[in-house]
Amino acid sequence: MQNANEIPETTSRIALKYGLIGGLIAVYVSVLGMVEAFSLRPLVGDFLTLGYVLLVAGPIGAGILTARALRDRTSRRNGELASLGAGAVSSSLLLVLLAVIVLLVIRPDEAGAEVTLQVMFVNLTSGLAEILTFGLGNLLGALMLVLFCTIMGGAGGAAVLIRDPLRAGLVTGVILTLMVGIFSETVSQVLQQVSGRVIINLVFVQKSLRPIPAVLVFALGFSLAYFRVPRRTRTRFQKLPQTRQQRTKQGLYIAGLLLLIMIPWLTGLFLSQALFLIGLYIIMGLGLNIVVGYAGLLDLGYVAFFAFGAYAMGILTTTTELGITNLTFWTALPICVAAGVLWGLVLGFPVLRLRGDYLAIVTLGFGEIVRILALSDWLAPIQGGPQGVLHIPNPVIFGITLNTPQTMYYVVLLGVILAAFVTIRLRDARLGRQWMSMREDEDVSEAMGINLVSTKLLAFAIGAGFSALAGAILAARQSTIFPHSFNLIISLNVLAGIIVGGLGSIPGVIVGMLILVGLPELLREFTEYRFLMYGILLIVVMLLRPEGLLPEATRKRELHSDEPGMTPADAAPMEPAGAGGQD
Amino acid sequence: MFRRFFERFSWVDFILRLFQIGIIIAMVAGLISTISAGRYSNAQWATLVFAGLAQGSIYALIAMGYTLVYGILRLINFAHGEIYMAGAFTTVFLADYQASTGFLDAHPFISILSWFVLAGTVSTVIAVLLERIAYRPLRNAPRLVPLITAIGASFALQYTFRGLYGAGFHSYPTVEVLSGTVGILGFSVPVVQVVVIVAAVILMIGLNGFVERTKLGTSMRSVSEDKDVSRLMGINVDKVIVATFAIGGLLAGAAGVFNGLFRPVGVFFFMGFFPGLKAFTAAVLGGIGSVPGAAIGGLLLGVIESVFPNLILEGLGIPSANQLRDAFAFTMLVLILIFRPQGIFGEKLAEKKA
Repeated sequence: MQNANEIPETTSRIALKYGLIGGLIAVYVSVLGMVEAFSLRPLVGDFLTLGYVLLVAGPIGAGILTARALRDRTSRRNGELASLGAGAVSSSLLLVLLAVIVLLVIRPDEAGAEVTLQVMFVNLTSGLAEILTFGLGNLLGALMLVLFCTIMGGAGGAAVLIRDPLRAGLVTGVILTLMVGIFSETVSQVLQQVSGRVIINLVFVQKSLRPIPAVLVFALGFSLAYFRVPRRTRTRFQKLPQTRQQRTKQGLYIAGLLLLIMIPWLTGLFLSQALFLIGLYIIMGLGLNIVVGYAGLLDLGYVAFFAFGAYAMGILTTTTELGITNLTFWTALPICVAAGVLWGLVLGFPVLRLRGDYLAIVTLGFGEIVRILALSDWLAPIQGGPQGVLHIPNPVIFGITLNTPQTMYYVVLLGVILAAFVTIRLRDARLGRQWMSMREDEDVSEAMGINLVSTKLLAFAIGAGFSALAGAILAARQSTIFPHSFNLIISLNVLAGIIVGGLGSIPGVIVGMLILVGLPELLREFTEYRFLMYGILLIVVMLLRPEGLLPEATRKRELHSDEPGMTPADAAPMEPAGAGGQD
Repeated sequence: MFRRFFERFSWVDFILRLFQIGIIIAMVAGLISTISAGRYSNAQWATLVFAGLAQGSIYALIAMGYTLVYGILRLINFAHGEIYMAGAFTTVFLADYQASTGFLDAHPFISILSWFVLAGTVSTVIAVLLERIAYRPLRNAPRLVPLITAIGASFALQYTFRGLYGAGFHSYPTVEVLSGTVGILGFSVPVVQVVVIVAAVILMIGLNGFVERTKLGTSMRSVSEDKDVSRLMGINVDKVIVATFAIGGLLAGAAGVFNGLFRPVGVFFFMGFFPGLKAFTAAVLGGIGSVPGAAIGGLLLGVIESVFPNLILEGLGIPSANQLRDAFAFTMLVLILIFRPQGIFGEKLAEKKA
């Protein structure tokens, strides 16, 4: 949104501005120690490391932003030059950083001083200085750094300014290659299941792509985008006669279902565990989606019901002295869900009269109270206190004990399908309409004859039931539960997942959880920086797409109602939301 | 007459009222049983109360940031605890350096002043940056969206500072001048606690005066009433919002230093999370959006969580009551919100606003 009376920026000012931003990013990743830590992690061969990729992200970004800003304006003459300039500017901040390291860390260190700046900034090391100067010594290295950043700025500019099929090809190729390099562990696990060690050794050296496969991957990405394969496939599909289109679609659905069933055996133990977790979060997300997305009741203490389900399963089935009934998993499961529903009613009741933020804070308080009570000695005779509940048996079906991630995946898959089915049926039923009407305006809904008490309580109870189901499955999978596992972070994670995916949309929940739970699981080797990336990802996604990645149609319209070409009538939110079966 | 009674009768209200009465009876019962058992002496109670007041004044200072920002943007600035952490964590290095060179013992007041300057600066800068990056672009988005960026910013800030300063624990040096005790009302109270309480109260009175008297404060109140009308009146809304975040950051930085004086250990990247939650609780307790409310709410919360576990829970025969200290604070929050949602001092919000 540009103000009309804003002074038009000159080309050099744009380059300066974005160059400084890029430089700041580069300095940020360096000072945080990411560059140095990841310089040990090669992506392609042994020459391209993740550390350098992170380092150049700033200058490249500066080049891209500069070229974009200039492209959108009428005079686009100096785009290439400006992006080179932006890259050069971004190197200046890195030079400052280098000087700081040399003058305040390395020099005093050599002089034998006791206190250097490294006491405070733990990652300002001589190793970082060496990376920044490419091991060439300070002066020559600094020159190289400026040159390098300038070229990278230019490369970023080129990625915007080159004409399209070529540009799309190059960008896709580079991104695909980097992705394969970064996710090399995941890729090689899949390869391992499918083909054994031989191919892995051909493609990867330890975690790094060998050069020739890297070129092949790049070529694959390049040609996919250059020849516009996805779009051509779609046009060809649309040209098919109606009946064949339908048959192809059915075939795809069946293939998808088969894939869902096969997936744990294609991906191996570790990835199945990740899938299991994603599944649990999808169940919880679907439940919270009912409470927040449909009924509009912001619940920050959702983890309470998760904990309740897990503890119910633990106490009902454990073989230690805490156990009270020694039921099997399958008989205990419905009891756990029923207990969760009941608990949802109990906690939902006192907050019936609250709205908006107050509701959020009270539920947050509930979540914390439940966690602290679970940790305390007071309730320890019932639920084990800080020691938790041990020896919870795994589920057994037809004499097979489901004790591996691969087998438990099916339990979760069943849970997800059940939860999605219930959600869809409820959404399209009278109750779902009542929820959405309540979300839009409580007072009007009450005037239209909706019983707010029962509608709200049902939302809380059903959401809680889903969460308890997830908790019960988790307890049976892990065999042990500890109060520490049920902290506020889980509530926030689930909420973030459904909002990032798109509030109120079922595919959105799935996508949101795949990204927010799945990505951190796949990137476990970068565990030191997981939460940092998670936080930044949340901010970036919300800034770029406040309506979420796969939003519900109505919500999308509401959010963009202030944009040109939309009259208020277009944005009217009151038609039955989400009833069009876009899922 | 009975018919009218039944027409107005609501099961929900009835059960909530019963619940309320039950809670009050339980609290009074616990109180009476503890006091009649005479388990603690007056001096012990006084120790608990003063420690609670000192802790509470730190909560109150952090709560100012929540209450100001919420008043203006209706945004729960979830990352405010991290703003507090930023100042406290950065300053610990300065304090350590001054202690190791002996400057701290030679010039304690200059040292502590420099801590305030550094912590205040860092926290203010972080607060303003946060507003610029994570909240301003989303000012017209639905209310949930900035809440999510706030959660994201909270993680990002925690782990940024973990990356900058490392994951280890640090502690503030002890300040010799502040390490004695003074007698107040016949009880001996650590000097630090008195200093923290008095200084915090002065800061909060200053803030209240600022909001009530100055031109910027008036603009802030105006923006919190109605942004569009304020803009028509010639107020630069963006600047006022930035100023609000800056003031909140400044006070959070000060709170970080007070915390370092009062409870020197445990300075690390996660230190802001729970004080942030507690301070938010305090802000809600006092009535969010109100400056005196946040002050009283903070002090009250500090005393409640320091005194009440011993006073009430032990009286009810619940073992190891101190483990439940935090649960008690949150229970108070829940109860107050359920029975008096506007808090102690809050104006009754129009329902659409809340």
